[in-house]
Amino acid sequence: MNAFHLAFAHLRWTWGRSLVLILVGALILAVPLVSQTLLRGSEEALTRRAEATPLVMGSRGSQLDLVMNAVYFSKDRAEPITMAANEAVWNSDLGLPIPLHTAFETNGARIVGTSLDYFDFRELDMAEGRMFAVLGEAVMGAAVAERLGLEPGDAVVTSPQNLFDLDGVYPLELGIVGVLAPTGTPDDEAVFADVKTTWVIAGIGHGHEDVITAEEAEAGNVTANAALAEYNRITEDNIDSFHFHGAPETFPISALIVDPYDERSGTILRGRYLDASNPLQVVLPEEIVAGLVDRIFRIATLLDAVTLIIGVAAGGAIALALFLSWRLRAPEMATAWRLGAGRGTILALAGAEVVVLLAASLCLAALIVLGVQSSGETIVSWLLAL
Amino acid sequence: MIELRDVSFAYPRGGFRLSVPELSIAEGARVAVVGPSGTGKTTLLNLVAGLAVPERGTVRVGGVQVSELSETQRRSFRAHRIGFVFQNFALMDYLPARENILYPYRIVRGLRLDAEARARAASLAEACGIAGKLDRRPNALSQGEQQRVAICRALVTQPGLILADEATGNLDPETKTVILDLLFERAADAGATILAVTHDHELLPRFDRVIDFADLRITT
Repeated sequence: MNAFHLAFAHLRWTWGRSLVLILVGALILAVPLVSQTLLRGSEEALTRRAEATPLVMGSRGSQLDLVMNAVYFSKDRAEPITMAANEAVWNSDLGLPIPLHTAFETNGARIVGTSLDYFDFRELDMAEGRMFAVLGEAVMGAAVAERLGLEPGDAVVTSPQNLFDLDGVYPLELGIVGVLAPTGTPDDEAVFADVKTTWVIAGIGHGHEDVITAEEAEAGNVTANAALAEYNRITEDNIDSFHFHGAPETFPISALIVDPYDERSGTILRGRYLDASNPLQVVLPEEIVAGLVDRIFRIATLLDAVTLIIGVAAGGAIALALFLSWRLRAPEMATAWRLGAGRGTILALAGAEVVVLLAASLCLAALIVLGVQSSGETIVSWLLAL
Repeated sequence: MIELRDVSFAYPRGGFRLSVPELSIAEGARVAVVGPSGTGKTTLLNLVAGLAVPERGTVRVGGVQVSELSETQRRSFRAHRIGFVFQNFALMDYLPARENILYPYRIVRGLRLDAEARARAASLAEACGIAGKLDRRPNALSQGEQQRVAICRALVTQPGLILADEATGNLDPETKTVILDLLFERAADAGATILAVTHDHELLPRFDRVIDFADLRITT
């Protein structure tokens, strides 16, 4: 078609304008579809993981923060509880408690201190290496390992909580011993370690040089000073020097996942923590997430309206740009008319340009939507971890 | 052969009225149209091309009574029988010279862009001295070169009549002569008649005939 031949030539000649129009057109078309895709993906991911988490125990306060932190490892932080809660559930013989300590980060990824029960509970498999066995070892989620280019044998350093807090948490080097297989869940974005390792990061447990030597003790020359070196890396040589101060039941955790042995046990457990004066609460993630999803979709309706308004405005801008372009081409159309072109041909010249722009915008929008759809799970788990 | 008989034309918004009692132009002639601005020189070209329709009278070009044709027929008549050369060249700035020459084939349904048309375009470009510049866009050509491209475009469909409206108006004196000679030579090769509006009296001796619109005198 000659009209398309000329349209392509004109679009190439005005490539900057053409590119902007194609990009804007593609965004107008893609944004509603992408937001719908991500919303549906988020809904599915949220619901699926919540349904797979029977009960969460944590400090009384925002139930949503508690669930988002314990189930999706988000930055929402509930007040910490102590390991006494873990002992209480264990001693009740009503369910399996799985501690979670999510206070720390490394390279932008959440460090999750937990027990080995967590991996059985979530049915997580190793893709490389082995599970952590001793203090200072870590297992990487699939996505974070890929993003940081890490594998077993490498190490990560925990991020300090406060750069200027000299008395606070110091970085600890964690040796990577394994990488988990991808699951498309927030587990892919986390770094797992034993809960005791997170207590070392918190400074509750530490290792350091001997205060006295045997010779000094025999000579009665016992001294200790501020130059005593603490280890920031746990090795075979120094692991025996690591120890914890205080009673283990007072050590902090963020929350507990509780896997009741049966439905009745779950109901009894929930009943025990209904009292508002109890500093602990037990929540059903499924219920909390259902409420959240409902709210998200109500907001999404508003978002759709905003997108529509922006789309209409941007569409108007595109129409204006095309109209001005048509006006600029008016002398060409007058020449074409003089040379014998019909009105239909002249309309086709203008129409072909619009068709090519629209087709290019559609193709680009389709690529964007397909790209989002193909990596939807990754994007959703990343969004949920924010 | 161009014949105008008892033609009267006025624009709907008023202004001057053009009246041509009788005018005949022989086939293959080179005719200049001169006269003050606003006396109807371009209107005469428009009447001959079928771009304007007289209120009364007849306009006949090469045996075709243009004034009686429908709009579609007049469009087809222009596309097949007439070549235009404009003062401002009217080239498409987004197309290279080669595509500008072939432009009528892109916009007129009845014209087929085949190997013969392409060969003719190449031959005309060669004859006009722009064969080496066919891939350049108008902004990379001099004004004289742009008018050469426009002449090639006017002749590529092998029309019987070339209508040139101030075709040398934007050119320097030396280039004017060269371009006019070129137009005459190529039109002569094709056996085409030339009807050219001009304000340049120095060029008039080169024409076979001059129509002076100052008093609608027709001199030979």
